[in-house]
Amino acid sequence: MSDVKKFLYVNRKQPYGTIYALESLEVVLIGAAFEQDVSLAFVDDGVYQLTKGQDPSGIGMKNFSPTYTALGDYDINKIYVEKESLEARGLTIDDLQHLTWEDEDEDWAEKDSIRVVSASEMAEIMDQQDIVLSF
Amino acid sequence: MSTIDVNGTAVEVDEEGYLVDLGSWTPEIGTALAKGDDCELTDNHWEVINFLREYYEEYQIAPAVRVLTKAIGKKLGKDKGNSKYLYELFPYGPAKQACKYAGLPKPTGCV
Repeated sequence: MSDVKKFLYVNRKQPYGTIYALESLEVVLIGAAFEQDVSLAFVDDGVYQLTKGQDPSGIGMKNFSPTYTALGDYDINKIYVEKESLEARGLTIDDLQHLTWEDEDEDWAEKDSIRVVSASEMAEIMDQQDIVLSF
Repeated sequence: MSTIDVNGTAVEVDEEGYLVDLGSWTPEIGTALAKGDDCELTDNHWEVINFLREYYEEYQIAPAVRVLTKAIGKKLGKDKGNSKYLYELFPYGPAKQACKYAGLPKPTGCV
């Protein structure tokens, strides 16, 4: 297909307190139906969206973090997390959910979706996109 | 707000016939929702409905039809994981219609 565009969804905000994180996730899932080249970026407080063990029941919100583990089913397997943002918050990749996808071409081998990249690598990734949507 | 009758109890549904209180779902409600569409649920229907409920439980979303088809194929076999089979069971659209009977919200991205 010649009209496949490279989409990057940039997530900068904490998962709760605003609607941005959930809205972004919904747009990503809806957009997945259009078979574009989709990547996700998590920077600043956005890295908290991927953390394990979220429990927002105290603030009466639904915990939508399990939905991130379904992204692989939607063929979304390029999930970039900025190293500097993790470090500034005392987080490592082990604090994040283990997101995987299955490679149909390799007998459904399970592969990691999350790639930790530096700020300068992230800038390059952004530069390569046709469309960048920021949440 | 409209309601449907399930063995003498009024159950609330939205304007498109989806269950309002997702937590109140029972198989009897599923059967009643299907009956409203003149659809008699067979074991094959229940297989898909139960699968959707498990998927929702795990991921907190109703899957898009493409994802559903792939996942059903993996779990129940290739002869069931194709759109022909699923559309025969649920002619109004497998994700949309099966989610309704399963008491789930309309799939994200489903118009």
